[in-house]
Amino acid sequence: MSETTCREALGKALADAMAEDEKVVVLGEEVGVYGGAYGVTRGMIDRFGAERVIDTPISEPGIVGTAVGMALEGLRPVAELMYVDFLAMAMDQLANQAAKIRYMFGGATSVPLVLRTQGGTGRSAAAQHSQSLEAWGAHVPGLRVALPATVNDCYHLLRDAIRQPDPVLFIEHKGLYVSKGELGRKADAPWGRAHVCREGSDLTIISYSRMLHYALEAAAMLAENGIEAEVINLRTLNPLDEETIAASVRKTHRAMVATEAALSFGPSAEIAARLQEACFDHLEEPVLRVAGEDVPIPVAPNLERASIPDPQLIFEAACLLLRRGPRPAWI
Amino acid sequence: MPDPSLSDLYAAMRRIRSFEERVGELFVRGGSAGSMLHLSIGEEAVAAVCLLMQNGDSFTTHHRGHGICIARGGDPSRMMAEIAGKKDGYCGGKGGSMHIADMKLGSLGANAIVGGGIPHSVGAAYAYRQEKSKRVAVAFFGDGAMQQGILYESMNMAALWKLPVVFACINNEYGMGTHISRAAAKLDFVARARSFGLAAAEADGADVEKTLAAAKPLLAGARKGQPALLVINCYRFFGHARMDKSPYRDEEEERKGRKRDPLARARAKLAKQGKAQAAKLADLDERIASEMDEAVEAAIAGSHPAAKELFTGVYDRQAEQPEPQRERLARILAES
Repeated sequence: MSETTCREALGKALADAMAEDEKVVVLGEEVGVYGGAYGVTRGMIDRFGAERVIDTPISEPGIVGTAVGMALEGLRPVAELMYVDFLAMAMDQLANQAAKIRYMFGGATSVPLVLRTQGGTGRSAAAQHSQSLEAWGAHVPGLRVALPATVNDCYHLLRDAIRQPDPVLFIEHKGLYVSKGELGRKADAPWGRAHVCREGSDLTIISYSRMLHYALEAAAMLAENGIEAEVINLRTLNPLDEETIAASVRKTHRAMVATEAALSFGPSAEIAARLQEACFDHLEEPVLRVAGEDVPIPVAPNLERASIPDPQLIFEAACLLLRRGPRPAWI
Repeated sequence: MPDPSLSDLYAAMRRIRSFEERVGELFVRGGSAGSMLHLSIGEEAVAAVCLLMQNGDSFTTHHRGHGICIARGGDPSRMMAEIAGKKDGYCGGKGGSMHIADMKLGSLGANAIVGGGIPHSVGAAYAYRQEKSKRVAVAFFGDGAMQQGILYESMNMAALWKLPVVFACINNEYGMGTHISRAAAKLDFVARARSFGLAAAEADGADVEKTLAAAKPLLAGARKGQPALLVINCYRFFGHARMDKSPYRDEEEERKGRKRDPLARARAKLAKQGKAQAAKLADLDERIASEMDEAVEAAIAGSHPAAKELFTGVYDRQAEQPEPQRERLARILAES
């Protein structure tokens, strides 16, 4: 076990995958000489050469489309979109091409590509560089969606993503690159399974990506008030590990979904719907959603912070759900 | 490898024409899956590019790609079955006319998004260069894609990385109902490509030998890492799809356009070679006609895919396919 950052863990995952399999190539804007906009691919061009760490023009559809062709002909491309917001430009290649090819070509043709990108708030990057758009990917059958929350996820989930036979949208959080943690020898869970990060008996908080850390902070605050929350890191939205979250809710009888993604039609809605279907008789209260406000992300730091849930909101909502602990000022 | 002869080219074009005519027949007889059928009649000179391609070369096509697939050795029965949405089709009846694909044939797939397949050929070409092979990727598309941004991203990357890729534009003058002159202010596509650093040429698609002559150096150059654009100028003899009667163009234009017939020209030239040749042509035409007739009958007689196929092939692993809705509902309602 050793302490490292998410950035280093991601870089190590890429480098180890490239060292292990010469078919793995990395392509994207600034991934080579510059070392990645967030430094994930720093030094890799020197180690693996410009033919495998490919600097591309600013051509998002072209990057993803080229990766599709590479994957069709035996390479294992890890393409990078600098911001998940740029998915809007590349969506045809991801949703209509990569995700559809196996099915519409009769099942035999694989497109094993990983599209690495990053999203989320926290750097005053404003409306076009701060979104949480995982629902765009998760709504497309044929496409896997993974979101690492921890250092261990960053390494092992990315390694697993690169091994998948299906295309994977891999969304990092820009606020996590410098966060530190232990990098273990093994993943916290197999690919497609959620990880119960904290056990508890009073309610289940389901989250992923950076919001998981807010949920864990809230759980610590709840514990001080005698409330034990079980906190689950989903790790992937597709596959969605309904079994693990439903088993937890059958035990705790109360559930909350916490996401940075905007509320309406978002991942929190899908998870809440699944829980009420799977656990209706076990639920003591409605499944609560604590999610991003339905607004574009503003640049002013105070507004930006207010546009997404914080640990305090998760804590307060949990207290209300359990009718215990301090009563928040806003009710 | 010797160049394909005019007889070879004629045979390939005849197969395309006959196949496309049978697709029309399949539709009229109610045997096709839908009416999104885009015929390439009038565009058969593209066979010249297909016959210059070698084993191991790959291609992507646009929605009007039946002819290209036929000329690259596609099985008319499996193609027709796919167009009919039958289980024996290339995609098991799940792709249809606009998505025929077969990796064994080098077909990386037909695409129903204008320009959608073009970057796949660029990525494939990158893979060929990485494996140090002499394979070439050819992206076929229509003049409509000449106005799509993805083409220019692809051309730029191909030129930047010196990839073995040929962009083959089949300019049939129409993007659905819009004439090319109403879609682009400047029609010098060769100049566009050259400005990116590509080799480029135009060919008269009414003359398959001229098309062959124009395509040959471009393919040879691409094999050595000089990407290229070939524009094959031709005329779409019929409407955009089966339901389109082309009210946007007049009869006089169509009459003239249909004279630009690469198949008729090649046949006339071959027939001049004497009676024996004429008899051979008649025999060839008949054999192809009956092959295509059989493809239509087999497609009509074939079965649709089994209901369970709705849920196969979404993901690689059989165990990970989506849960059918009735099973999900039954599970939830049984537990509650």
